Amino acid sequence: MGSNTKNLLEIKNLKKYFQTPRGELHAVDNLSMNIEKGKTIGVVGESGCGKSTLGKTLMRLHTPTSGEVLYNGVDIASMPIKEFKKNYRSNIQMIFQDPYASLDPRMSVLQLIEEPIMVNNKGMSKADVTARAKDMMDLVGLAKRLESVYPHELDGGRRQRIGIARALSLNPEFIVCDEPVSALDVSIQAQILNLLQDLQKERGLTYMFITHDMSVVKHISDDIAVMYLGQLIEKCPANEIFKDTIHPYSQALLSAIPIPSVHVKQERMILKGELTSPIDPKACCRFAARCPYATEKCHAEEPVLREMRPGHQVACHYAEKFLK
Amino acid sequence: MPKMHTPAMEKIERKNAKRKKAYKSTPGREAWKRFKRNPTALIGLVVVCILILIAVFANFIAPFHFAEQDYSAMMQKPSAAHLFGTDQFGRDIFSRIIYGTRYSLVIALFCTIAALFSGGVLGIIAGYFGGKVDTIIMRVMDVFQSIPMIMMAMCIVAVLGNGIPQLVAAIMFASMPTMARNNRAAILRVRGSDYIESSEAIGVGQVRMILKHMIPNAVGVMIIFFVGFLAVSIMMMSAMSYIGVGLAAPTPEWGLILNDGKVYLTSAPYMMLFPSMMIMITCFAFNLMGDGLRDAFDPRLK
Repeated sequence: MGSNTKNLLEIKNLKKYFQTPRGELHAVDNLSMNIEKGKTIGVVGESGCGKSTLGKTLMRLHTPTSGEVLYNGVDIASMPIKEFKKNYRSNIQMIFQDPYASLDPRMSVLQLIEEPIMVNNKGMSKADVTARAKDMMDLVGLAKRLESVYPHELDGGRRQRIGIARALSLNPEFIVCDEPVSALDVSIQAQILNLLQDLQKERGLTYMFITHDMSVVKHISDDIAVMYLGQLIEKCPANEIFKDTIHPYSQALLSAIPIPSVHVKQERMILKGELTSPIDPKACCRFAARCPYATEKCHAEEPVLREMRPGHQVACHYAEKFLK
Repeated sequence: MPKMHTPAMEKIERKNAKRKKAYKSTPGREAWKRFKRNPTALIGLVVVCILILIAVFANFIAPFHFAEQDYSAMMQKPSAAHLFGTDQFGRDIFSRIIYGTRYSLVIALFCTIAALFSGGVLGIIAGYFGGKVDTIIMRVMDVFQSIPMIMMAMCIVAVLGNGIPQLVAAIMFASMPTMARNNRAAILRVRGSDYIESSEAIGVGQVRMILKHMIPNAVGVMIIFFVGFLAVSIMMMSAMSYIGVGLAAPTPEWGLILNDGKVYLTSAPYMMLFPSMMIMITCFAFNLMGDGLRDAFDPRLK
């Protein structure tokens, strides 16, 4: 592993529990990972595994139950929310999943992009705010004529560009991209992904890219983290996961990527059973109930994250067995 | 190439030439477009507009003053001289009803605005902050609601005497809980949306959030309640005047005219017929308009 100074974000034992009438919902459970500056970490996992909660907890849209999030060495998870808003809000930004719902329908494009600039730079003159908002529109590729248009008149791609401009207008270092392309057409997905990559190169941004689409994650990530029921079960460089994935769940996830060819006969690993409930989970391997290789040990003991190869961490009792 | 000319094309061209600015689609304009297409809502709007005109120009329309007594023409049936007849003091009922429009509309407007600024604001606060604030405000509203409206009005009148401010206060207190509840629901509906979260993420503060994001997005629903409440206020006001805890005679309030007529119901039914029809038409028009507004602002609710 590289030296710690390269890490922009260090997440240590982060927990986010929600109180529900049926018990404690473990949305993010004891999750630790490092995010290197200038890199993209792809977070994958099926619906309800806590990916979005993780992103929103880093943004402090949710207050973490416990754990640390070190941003350049400063713990932003436990500091008072006021201090976070004052000093770190503009460093960490988020692009939202649904560009149809995440933009206020009563604001025009220019107003939407001006808002973050205006709110975070009190005392800036209206003309300066407008000028900067127009620069941002230019940067994300929104035409000038769209300034006074309302979001409902635009297609998903353009709306998502507004979302990107809003996030970028604060000059953040770290952006949580919460499934930014899952609501878009495939042709537009590529445009948005390329835009995100160009912006990353230009500005040295660090991304956490949350998605359930493996082909998207392959396209954009440097590292990939696989989550299952609130826990990190595998983390490795992106090219490695497509060749030598270790955890059985990741294998199943990868075998779900369709190969667009009639000549390849795919062997798919189909998981049986439902996702176990994230409410008051037992202390065991959470995947054990669906894992084809599960043994008694898996049902009794919780596996810890172990480094199997340089930069490749896995949480499975039998990781050695699956290591090629 | 010769230019094609059809009457339809010319019409479109003329229309385009008249427009200085290109048509821009805003949520408000879309709502107006939908409202215009709804005939019953338009009828409501037209009737409301007529009522407003009657209220404004009451002294030109009414042939007599509302308190003018003519002892030579008491208890007359509707005729050309007295369209709706006269009452036991020889006052022209038509004139009284015309002037009554003024009282009814203005007082109803005041009541609704008062309810909006008390109950509505409390509801918005309760909806936005949630938790303990919500519980406290809504439980206090429940207590208010548990006192019957007429009882409350009677208490207020007993303490403060008859008069317009007392009437407004009574109706305000009576309608505050419902107003709070409706506005709270409107805010709650907006509060859960993604754009509120995304605005929070870019650092929008609480005040700006309520004023710039939540209220503009909830305002459609709030206007609907507002119009609905106008009708309710008119009903309440008439009911209170009828039982004698509203305005004092000789104010030409519709409820009071009804009250005057109730003794003569068998001998002179027209004394009650016309004011009650007026109340009915007014409430009906406001309700039609309110329904039209609801459909216009939220086509999904249909």
